[in-house]
Amino acid sequence: MLYNEPSPLEVKVVTRRFGKPDSEKIDTYLADEGYEAFKKTLTLTPEAIIDELKASSLRGRGGAGFPTGLKWSFVPRNTGKPAYIICNSDESEPGTCKDRLLMENDPHQLIEGMLIAGWTVRSPAGYIFIRGEYRYLIDIVDRAVAEAYERGFLGKNILGSGWDHDIYTHTGAGAYECGEESALLESLEGKRGIPRLKPPFPAVVGAFQCPTILNNCETFSAIPAIFRQGAEWFASLGPPKNGGTRMMCVSGHVNKPGVYELPLGFPLMRLINEVCGGMRNGKKLKAVIPGGSSSPCLRAEECDIGLDFDSIAKAKSMAGSGGIVVLDEDTDIVGLALRTIKFYQHESCGWCIPCREGTTWLKKILERYHGGGGREKDIDLIHEIAKGMFGRTFCALGDAAAMPTYTFIEKFRDEFEAYLQKSRPKQIPELALL
Amino acid sequence: MTFSPALEERFAKLLTSYPAGRTRSAVVPMLLYAQDELGWVSRELIEEVARRTGVTAVQVDEVIGYYSMLRRHPIGKHLVQVCTNICCMVVGGQDLFEHASKTLGVGHKGTTTDGLFTLEEVECMGACSWAPAIQVGYDFHHQVTPERFDRLIEGLRNAEAETRKV
Amino acid sequence: MADLVTFTIDGRQVQAAPRTLLITAAKQAGIEIPAFCYYDGFSLQAACRMCLVEIEKTPKLQVACTTPVTEGMVVRTDSPQVAAARKGMLELLLTNHPLDCPVCDKGGECELQDMVFRYGAGESRFVETKQHVDERQWSPVVFYDKPRCILCYRCVRVCDEGLGVGALGVGDRGSASEIIPNRGDHLECDECGACIDICPVGALTSGTYRYQTRPWEMDHVGTICTFCSNGCKTTLGVRNGEITRANNRDKSGVNGEFLCVKGRYGFDFNHHPERLTAPLVRVNGKLAPASWAQALATVGKKFAEVKQRGGKFGVIGSNHTTNEENYYLQNFARQALGTSNIDHRRTGDVATLIDALHGHAGALATTADLYTTPAALIIGSDLSQQHPFLAWQLRANFRHHQAKVFAITSGPIREDRYAAKTMRAAEGEELTAVESFREHLAQQKSLVILFGDSIKGDAVRKLVAFGDSLGIPVSYVPLVDYSNSRGASDMGVLPDLLPGYHGVREAGLEPGLAYDAILSATDLDALYVVQENPFAKTPLASTGAFVVVQDLFLTETAERADVVLPAASAYEKAGTVTNVCGEVQKLKAGAKTMGAKTDLEIMGLISKEMGVSIGIWKHDTVFAEVRKSVPGYNVALPVVETGGAAPTFPVNGRVPLEDRPDLISSDRNTLFLSGTLGRYSKMLTSVLEYPGKLYGQPVETELEMKEAQNT
Ligand SMILES: Cc1cc2nc3c(=O)[nH]c(=O)nc-3n(C[C@H](O)[C@H](O)[C@H](O)COP(=O)(O)O)c2cc1C
Ligand code: SF4
Ligand code: FES
Repeated sequence: MLYNEPSPLEVKVVTRRFGKPDSEKIDTYLADEGYEAFKKTLTLTPEAIIDELKASSLRGRGGAGFPTGLKWSFVPRNTGKPAYIICNSDESEPGTCKDRLLMENDPHQLIEGMLIAGWTVRSPAGYIFIRGEYRYLIDIVDRAVAEAYERGFLGKNILGSGWDHDIYTHTGAGAYECGEESALLESLEGKRGIPRLKPPFPAVVGAFQCPTILNNCETFSAIPAIFRQGAEWFASLGPPKNGGTRMMCVSGHVNKPGVYELPLGFPLMRLINEVCGGMRNGKKLKAVIPGGSSSPCLRAEECDIGLDFDSIAKAKSMAGSGGIVVLDEDTDIVGLALRTIKFYQHESCGWCIPCREGTTWLKKILERYHGGGGREKDIDLIHEIAKGMFGRTFCALGDAAAMPTYTFIEKFRDEFEAYLQKSRPKQIPELALL
Repeated sequence: MTFSPALEERFAKLLTSYPAGRTRSAVVPMLLYAQDELGWVSRELIEEVARRTGVTAVQVDEVIGYYSMLRRHPIGKHLVQVCTNICCMVVGGQDLFEHASKTLGVGHKGTTTDGLFTLEEVECMGACSWAPAIQVGYDFHHQVTPERFDRLIEGLRNAEAETRKV
Repeated sequence: MADLVTFTIDGRQVQAAPRTLLITAAKQAGIEIPAFCYYDGFSLQAACRMCLVEIEKTPKLQVACTTPVTEGMVVRTDSPQVAAARKGMLELLLTNHPLDCPVCDKGGECELQDMVFRYGAGESRFVETKQHVDERQWSPVVFYDKPRCILCYRCVRVCDEGLGVGALGVGDRGSASEIIPNRGDHLECDECGACIDICPVGALTSGTYRYQTRPWEMDHVGTICTFCSNGCKTTLGVRNGEITRANNRDKSGVNGEFLCVKGRYGFDFNHHPERLTAPLVRVNGKLAPASWAQALATVGKKFAEVKQRGGKFGVIGSNHTTNEENYYLQNFARQALGTSNIDHRRTGDVATLIDALHGHAGALATTADLYTTPAALIIGSDLSQQHPFLAWQLRANFRHHQAKVFAITSGPIREDRYAAKTMRAAEGEELTAVESFREHLAQQKSLVILFGDSIKGDAVRKLVAFGDSLGIPVSYVPLVDYSNSRGASDMGVLPDLLPGYHGVREAGLEPGLAYDAILSATDLDALYVVQENPFAKTPLASTGAFVVVQDLFLTETAERADVVLPAASAYEKAGTVTNVCGEVQKLKAGAKTMGAKTDLEIMGLISKEMGVSIGIWKHDTVFAEVRKSVPGYNVALPVVETGGAAPTFPVNGRVPLEDRPDLISSDRNTLFLSGTLGRYSKMLTSVLEYPGKLYGQPVETELEMKEAQNT
């Protein structure tokens, strides 16, 4: 089932089967070149597969945009240990709702992508880590996995290759941090989702202390098309080093929010105006959060950019998870900053001091500020605390909390100041001593 | 402890889903699936999961505290979760939560006196493009307006009244 | 050793072994990098972020606690950016800290206080409300105050990695994170209190010490624990002559961080209300208080009289008294009383081992060896319960050096969890079982064998023969029970052996009656018992014997005495003791009990009353004689004087002893029991009576532990 109307401007690669009747069934998939890519890779050496991936310039869709082929090449061979395949379907970054569609509408595409990864490193097993809130998807994916076993794509001696591979679903239970790859691995091992020390990176020491290929659900889902239609074709869809398409999850103040598959580099303003039907109620654009709630926002005048990893990075933000939040002129930035920090405060795993205490302090100040108890010096204080967290936390969640916060202040200081006029100052005790 | 045959089957599968000696991996799924059946995680369940997965009770306890979906107390029959995170918030999620609170007469984590509903304000649930969204149990509802919300609740109340009659 | 790497820190070029962590390398260079979560010997956390430093060519600050030094690395720990980061972390830490230092036990010895003092954040910009959580009691000895907790996870690690108990965990998430006990609302554990000691702040406090005193009001006296044979150093906090706490304040002993529940809490027997403070003399069939002069005169007169008429003496020495006292005691028996009827409760067969090892050099393992020898075999001992520090050493050896641990025991033991191979065998069957380990053991580079009381007499000789047959260097630890069991044996408190395992015949004496024979003899005229409680198990057969008992309490034995002399405890005297591994350590007097005298002084005074001279009764003088005349005890004085443990190597020759395996038996004390003394520790008994169960056997899969080790 689709939740929004597709746009004619979309370039459908990973979503091409969406909307077809029974799109999640293996027969539908097989009738549409399903598992052909995997069959092709069965004839290729691991090196050839990785080279093809590198040539496709596919970059991870989970957040960091790391080149997938390169990542796979880090997995050591002949360690005597098995290698595992992990699909990150924890999808919890505010603004992001695409992995859900991929699993709901085309689970076999994901399975095929994981199979190709599994074959590349001759892995015995793969795990699809699905956030606990997506319970209905576990049933859908489990059914698809069962179908794949029935048709011989999973299990023993797959398609006569002599290679055995199993795929399992694994549920999370409510924790954003478990999307962070090493925290995910801890969670998979039955522990608290506390990130691991890096190095070693998961490619070398990952799931169950073994070498691991860990990618986002959309990343895996893009892989069959690459092997079906060629790396060159895939790379040519987007600008250099940014191959392929991406599922852009648009939310906020546009007329037609929704998830649209567009080539990387697609202009942000065209996305808003043409794909999403423009701003809601004819309002003016104030800002865009281009890559999930942790990415620094762009002011309206900064939005004339293409939606690819490098262009967004040049604008000092990040493409992140592909969650694009469009905000109109009436948006209360202070309220937004507060809600954002509330989220990170709630989701901080609590392991390291700066993130645990920093997010909590920021939340408390912003709550007070938002509630009318703000003081002028709070603006700089918020900025300083966020800056003091940035780059000093154990994992990137701390950065994810800090970046939007200090950016809101830097780019919308006037709104914070205006808030002071609105406020009915509460008496705040000035502590001279500790 | 004994569980339903379906759950036992699920447990059996879980315990063989991970590499040898890695039954600890089953801790989180077992807790969540058991909670789905029992409604909450009791001390007894903690010890049971510890025993079945071969870990210590404190290792299970650690996990329960960490994951926000696992709870140590029973709740209402329907868990109504309203997302107020930014994408929902900017299109009325916060107002929807307040409306829900008024309709149900309880606040965040509150349970209605008839034990039918527990309300919860939650973080992003992966429905941003179809906001504001809520989940009732594991079912998603998109672009929820206050009116739709009320109809949904009324529907559930009526359904409950029906089953009581039978 | 591999080549050193050269790196620059704060403008100085220094060297360190490759892969040394920056925080350690800096310390070696005399530069302190602050840290809460980093703790030498435990797993890395990188959680507190106090150790952030600048490393050239890396844009972000890096944590020194997980970054290894590399050649040419340029590090700054003194830059404004680093200072700002440290100050920032402290300011953040203090945001929810209650700052209740004036009423906090840790005040004055708190690492958080020290850090704020040194690195700033004395001024806070935090004006929001703090979250209060009530303090919780988890056991008779452990209390947790969440708001004070800085989540450094040291307690969790010391319990899991150090003790192998894993009773603590981390609960909840984010700013609500807290330390949790293993049974929901209470602890089931060893109650060792290691978590309290290692806590850098006042989040974990001790049931015995909390709200008692301020640290600076106490004298801190480093001495040796008086309970089991492991010989842990413990620092007594003494106020007004009374011990208020015992802990590992300076971690300078052989035991490092380690202390068990007895070492940390058992000291309270010392000021038990039933402590004897005046001599008792039997008058008209009843024990009545008397003056020291009166009591000593009574004893002296009686002993002299029995000696004169050629009567029969029995002397029973102690497993708790010092080497000097034991040495003096056997002199007293053999010279002042003129008897060879002297013995002590033998809890392990040290003498036979010494004999069996004749011609072997370096075959007695030290406690330090247990941490470095690549393999260990435990026979017949629940090590974590009976010899907790030795168990700690082996576990650390496993964690840090992947030591292979093997065990043959009659029941499950905690070591099973990480052992390379374990086996169950009934007592007495161990030597048959050990054959099935041969192949594994022979593959090891070297091995230490720790054996309990089921290996005695001939079995000891067979075990050594087995060790010899492995073709690798093997060393041994005979597991004896008490703080100076080893010393009692080494000092010749035995009917057939003189100090240093010389046969009595060498001195022209005949072997005397052994422990059992002394008790069962019907014609004993006088029995002299020094800090031992034989009648708890066996009544004295000689109904007419004149019995003199020196002890701390009115034990079953003291109740039967004609004269009871109040003795000082090990916490009240100087002198040396020898631990289970034969290491000599010095006691330091901390507490005082009115009316008690040391056993040494009492013996001296009795001999004076008898009109015989067997030497000055001062510990230093006797120790000098011991060093001179007891083989193996010529230990380096500076080591002992500075609180170190000096290994001893008794004779390397045949020991002319009579095999008496029937006399050897361990009391099988556990963590919470220690012979008679333990009964008088309210803390130990309260822990035993606590409604929560004590720690049982862990269930975590062996594999997981081993897996974790491989990373
Ligand atoms: C706090 C945090 C949360 C994250 N959440 C997710 C997530 O929900 N899904 C995801 O795929 N990646 C998430 N990531 C990124 C992952 O760590 C990892 O980079 C990614 O899954 C790798 O896959 P890719 O290379 O295919 O992008 C998160 C990272 C951080 C730091
Ligand atoms: S930054 Fe620190 S507290 Fe935050 S999620 Fe990462 S490790 Fe946990
Ligand atoms: S010591 Fe390095 S982070 Fe705590």
